[in-house]
Amino acid sequence: MIHGLLGRKIGMMQYFTKEGMAIPVTVIAAGPCIVTQIRTPERDGYSAVQLGYEEVESRKLTKPQQGHLKASGGKMLRILREFSADDPLAHKPGEVVTVELFRPGQKVDISGTSKGRGFAGVVKRHGFRGGPKTHGQSDRHRAPGSIGAGTTPGRVWKGQRMAGRMGGTRVTIQNLEVVEVLPEQNLLLVKGSVPGARNGLLQIRKAVKG
Amino acid sequence: MSQQLLEELGRRQYRTDIPDFRVGDTVRVGVKVVEGNRERVQDFEGVVIRRRGEGINENFTVRRIASHGIGVERTFPLHAPRIDYIKVIRRGKVRRAKLYYLRGLAGKAARIRERRETT
Repeated sequence: MIHGLLGRKIGMMQYFTKEGMAIPVTVIAAGPCIVTQIRTPERDGYSAVQLGYEEVESRKLTKPQQGHLKASGGKMLRILREFSADDPLAHKPGEVVTVELFRPGQKVDISGTSKGRGFAGVVKRHGFRGGPKTHGQSDRHRAPGSIGAGTTPGRVWKGQRMAGRMGGTRVTIQNLEVVEVLPEQNLLLVKGSVPGARNGLLQIRKAVKG
Repeated sequence: MSQQLLEELGRRQYRTDIPDFRVGDTVRVGVKVVEGNRERVQDFEGVVIRRRGEGINENFTVRRIASHGIGVERTFPLHAPRIDYIKVIRRGKVRRAKLYYLRGLAGKAARIRERRETT
């Protein structure tokens, strides 16, 4: 069994469970993915299964990419990612993996690229409190405060949290519960939120701590 | 496209037994409550003071005056499975979409005129 699948975030909505509770769910269009290559310890030094997702016109891919996809039946796939598997060698290029990989109630880890927030201040980026809003304060409301001691050490410590680029990085959310699987529409409903914007690429994997 | 899909998924959980009611109407809502391991239906009757949201997310708020003249408001998701029934007791004629002004009124001043269907 392959441990993961590729998908895209569609959006969030409310969902009523069997007990009648309204829970937040994220709808994900997941798969179908095609096995495009098998990584073996002999050749690559590790074992994994490479999955391809999203069919595109051949002109969107380079000749080397097209050649790489020949082994799996020649379908033109935009995205290739590697996943672990119980037994990678048991899989063959060309094999199709669908959302039926997951079962309702199962826990999954989901990775994606978080929304870019640009150059963000210390309040948004690190959750600092900022300065007092009253008592004669000017220009201190969202300031970081002191960034270190004086003559000793005479410099700012490495790793001191400051303003800077926020978001747009790979984020993994662990142990999200699968609420429903809709194989006919290739949809996956997961409890809670998922990194990134709508249409963002996601990797859905079997939970490591599940 | 994706928004359409979300609406469609929400539609699967719609209830079909919801009567047509508006803000200003008096309704009786049967709420399923679990007591120990027994389930029973509890009534909550009052004036609908707002309806908000759309699709599966739509909800409404019912205001009723409980004992000692204390106002109690409860908000229900319109399509909640925990609702046993919704009955319209009285139709009200109001000129606002949200009846928050009722919170400041009590007794005779908080009355709502009855709506007569012209059609």
